[in-house]
Amino acid sequence: MGQPVVFIALALVAILSAFGMLLSHNAVHAALFLVLNFITIGVFYIVLAAPFIAMVQITVYAGAIMVLFLFVIMLLGAERLEGAQNVPNTAWQRPLAVFLAAVLVLAFGYLIIQEAVSATGTALPPLDSSPQAIGELLFGSYIFPFEVTAVLLLVSMISLVVWKAQDKRG
Amino acid sequence: MTLGQIALRALIAGFIMSLVVITGFAYTTLLERRLLARLQARIGPNRAGYIPLPRKGKRERRLLGGIMQPAADAVKLFFKEDATPAMVDRVVYNLAPMLTVIPAILILAVIPWAGPILGYEEYFAIAPGIDVGILFILAITSIGVYGVVLAGWGSNSKYAILGGIRASAQMISYELSLALVILAPVMLAGSMNLNDIVVAQEGGWYVLFLPVAAIVFIIGVFAELQRAPFDLLEAEQELSSGYNVEYGGMRFGMFFMAEYMKMISFSAIAAVLFFGGYRGPFVDQFPALGLLYMFIKIVIGLIIMIWVRASLPRLRYDQLMGFGWKVLLPIAVLNFLITAVIIVLASEGIIAFPI
Repeated sequence: MGQPVVFIALALVAILSAFGMLLSHNAVHAALFLVLNFITIGVFYIVLAAPFIAMVQITVYAGAIMVLFLFVIMLLGAERLEGAQNVPNTAWQRPLAVFLAAVLVLAFGYLIIQEAVSATGTALPPLDSSPQAIGELLFGSYIFPFEVTAVLLLVSMISLVVWKAQDKRG
Repeated sequence: MTLGQIALRALIAGFIMSLVVITGFAYTTLLERRLLARLQARIGPNRAGYIPLPRKGKRERRLLGGIMQPAADAVKLFFKEDATPAMVDRVVYNLAPMLTVIPAILILAVIPWAGPILGYEEYFAIAPGIDVGILFILAITSIGVYGVVLAGWGSNSKYAILGGIRASAQMISYELSLALVILAPVMLAGSMNLNDIVVAQEGGWYVLFLPVAAIVFIIGVFAELQRAPFDLLEAEQELSSGYNVEYGGMRFGMFFMAEYMKMISFSAIAAVLFFGGYRGPFVDQFPALGLLYMFIKIVIGLIIMIWVRASLPRLRYDQLMGFGWKVLLPIAVLNFLITAVIIVLASEGIIAFPI
């Protein structure tokens, strides 16, 4: 019913905010566009009946990570973008970026067209998206990747602390 | 009910509750000024809108002194010159007050105000039946940091940006402990739905089972709201007034509107999580009494916040950060661990614990 309308409106906001993030010359404005983008994606999850992921998306990405981004931008005073073409040894980056973007678009296009042509119409069974169900999955069948992620985060944190401590001594 | 009817009902309930809380915000400022004055042996604003009573002897008698003071303040703020400093980032400068107020209003959506009244099947809230209510509150409070940070940066002023950076550091640090202690009532109730947490407290308020969590929660709320003794970001002596120093008129008023509305909503959340929410005597027979119990619990919470502001001096910045990371966070983690272990032991029948 109203779902296509909601989807198109959200998709417009998401795409425009992504372009705004890429094109704005002020780093703080770019960060704010990215926040808007993250929140829109959170709303997408709500439309897809996955409220838990939606709330985590907003808390972690829009809330915690982007606040730290803003913090760094403000403390470094790096709001203004200087001309990027003066940076040496980056000439090869633009052609590479165009090439990779083309590969991505082609891959997506292939998948979408293939899906449209085959159109088997076998709907997936509805998943239980309650916090309890996600918790059981996370601490049941996915316990190993979960623990590995936890260890990775811990290692990066400890290495930063050690690095900082050595910096102080030297 | 169809989807459209549910949406319409949520719209009407949201509009009415926002109006109620905005009025509540106005009178919270009056309560704070009068109570603070009394605690400091002053009188406070008692002139606007009193009802004169007939003279009795020599003394002039007055009733409800100061009842119109919030209206007078609002009119003053609206008709002040709305000046914008020349060197600010206009978009961000104008966005910041709105980004402060909107999260403060959004939090109201999930709070259960009463039991089944006014045709609501389970409980009365703007958006009833949200299973991730606690996560919603945490998500919205984490968004709330932006208003203050952007006000500080957009003002293009040293005092403002220092205030904004202090604010964001403080809110990020204390949000951790806050989120960890909120998990304790969630684990006891076995649900993130706020109404389930209220209903689960029928046997006794959670403050009795989780006193440490309740205390850490209250301290975390003070830091989250930037109320005294954690109001470093608007330390007048050091920063003139912090992140809002370049704002005037109603845009300045909006920052205070957000602060007081958050005081109200966090009092409500504290009541829901630890003090039985809308439950009280006879609430099963007369569900409308729930509104009254919520009101009483919120007002008590507000009075405690004002009382603390009058009693405690402001912390130093390093003390604030040290307290948050070295005292509050370990306590919150330990509390989380011990609560989880006790719940598991009790459910296995190894120890007896009344849940």
